[in-house]
Amino acid sequence: MPAGGRPADEAFVRFEGVTLDYAHDGRAVRAVEDISLSVRRGEFVVIAGPSGCGKTTLLKTAAGLVRPTRGEVRVGAAAVAGPLKIVGMAFQNPILLPWRRTLDNVLLPLEIVAPYRERYRREQAAYAARARELLAAVGLAGFEDRFPWQISGGQQQRASLCRALIHQPELLLLDEPFGALDAFTREDLWQVLQTLWMERRFTVILVTHDLREAIFLADTVYVMSARPGRLVSRTPVDLPRPRTLEDTFTPAFTATYHAIRRQVGEGRP
Amino acid sequence: MTGLQRAAREWLPPAGVIVAALLAWELGVRALRVPDYILPGPIATWQAIWQWHRAIWFNAAQTLYTTLAGFALALAGGMGLGLAIGYSTLVYRALYPLLVAFNSVPKVAIVPVLVIWFGIGTVPAIATAFLISFFPIVVNVATGLATLEPEWQDVLRSLGASRWDIFRKIGIPRSLPYFFASMKVAVTLAFVGAVIAETVASNRGIGYLMLSASARFEVPLVFAGLVVVALMGVVLFAAFSIVERRLTGWAYRGQVGIGA
Repeated sequence: MPAGGRPADEAFVRFEGVTLDYAHDGRAVRAVEDISLSVRRGEFVVIAGPSGCGKTTLLKTAAGLVRPTRGEVRVGAAAVAGPLKIVGMAFQNPILLPWRRTLDNVLLPLEIVAPYRERYRREQAAYAARARELLAAVGLAGFEDRFPWQISGGQQQRASLCRALIHQPELLLLDEPFGALDAFTREDLWQVLQTLWMERRFTVILVTHDLREAIFLADTVYVMSARPGRLVSRTPVDLPRPRTLEDTFTPAFTATYHAIRRQVGEGRP
Repeated sequence: MTGLQRAAREWLPPAGVIVAALLAWELGVRALRVPDYILPGPIATWQAIWQWHRAIWFNAAQTLYTTLAGFALALAGGMGLGLAIGYSTLVYRALYPLLVAFNSVPKVAIVPVLVIWFGIGTVPAIATAFLISFFPIVVNVATGLATLEPEWQDVLRSLGASRWDIFRKIGIPRSLPYFFASMKVAVTLAFVGAVIAETVASNRGIGYLMLSASARFEVPLVFAGLVVVALMGVVLFAAFSIVERRLTGWAYRGQVGIGA
């Protein structure tokens, strides 16, 4: 539960007036405009929006990969000025390194992130055991020694999730991690992620264009408009957990879906 | 398909083409009554190989030595410079024009200079082999680094990896297939360089053997030399293809089955 005995409702991540321009053909194009939102410790936040609304860029500001043009992102007490070691990130493509076996791909963060990297040589066996445990939790037991190109896309994405979690980050950033998968695999992975989150209670910001996915996973759904991306709405989802796939067909779920769907429509210029 | 059938399917076509070519050559030479001092047939060439096999062996070993010595230097230097160029845009911009200019100079033109510096013999051959095979290695390694996928870099950067971490964890592994691909090309080039240098200025080596044979109008021996040169080239190319497959199997994933 919340580290350091802090109250659970304290804002852990805060976007404060984040605006982001990028240069295109010598002109400044606005990707994201004046986004302010805050995420509690242990909260599962989903940012949903149409393709190209700048939600990935927004996520990258929290990861420290992109600097906002104006405003700032705060994680914990400090403004984000670069990548943080308490953050884990998974991307739309699994991006596993093809020359490493699945297990070694999952171990990659421990070779880089302090303080693990200093201990890596000594603790290698313990780290490998932890990685195996995590892989088993996402259903990849027995695939540790396969190369990424020897497993399916869904399995690769599971491994990518493990890689994002192996260094026990307090904040997990997910950039449409299930966007490229087929419907069956995608729904399977929703459940895997929900189970992991309920066990470990890290803070999650997930970006997606799939509203069913958003409602299935989120404590709070934020909706962004088309470019330039602005926040259109904030919807708490109070459905009980663990949520099942059958729940997505209940009237409560559908009502939430339609309510949010309407707001996406209103967000259009 | 049995292993025998698979082997047959792989080896029959090239073997058939070679046998057919040799047959056409021999028949053509006989039918047109071409004298041996113009164009010897395969049988005359084979007889020359057999007759001179001691001299051929001695000189081929010398050429193999100079080739591999020059190639080894090119590998070390090429990998080093390629990594430096790929790592730093400054080094890239500073050195690239010079490298291209240098590569454009025909290496035959340099051999006389090398002879002035090092005298006739082994060293100019090694130097020429090095100079001619160095460039493709540099370019390939640098390309491997320059075409690093931005997504891979994002994965490492999101973990707070330094430039050096990224270079070590993805840059070098990523450039290895390029490095090994360039090895195959470079080793044949090194071989060409060594033979050129021996032909221009040496007192041993297969190039020297061919030059002195043609001076004495022993054309079958010249052809014997050519055949040996070609065979050595094929063997070197094949050897480094095997090394390449062994060390970067992941880059050939399309052709390697699960559990292979």
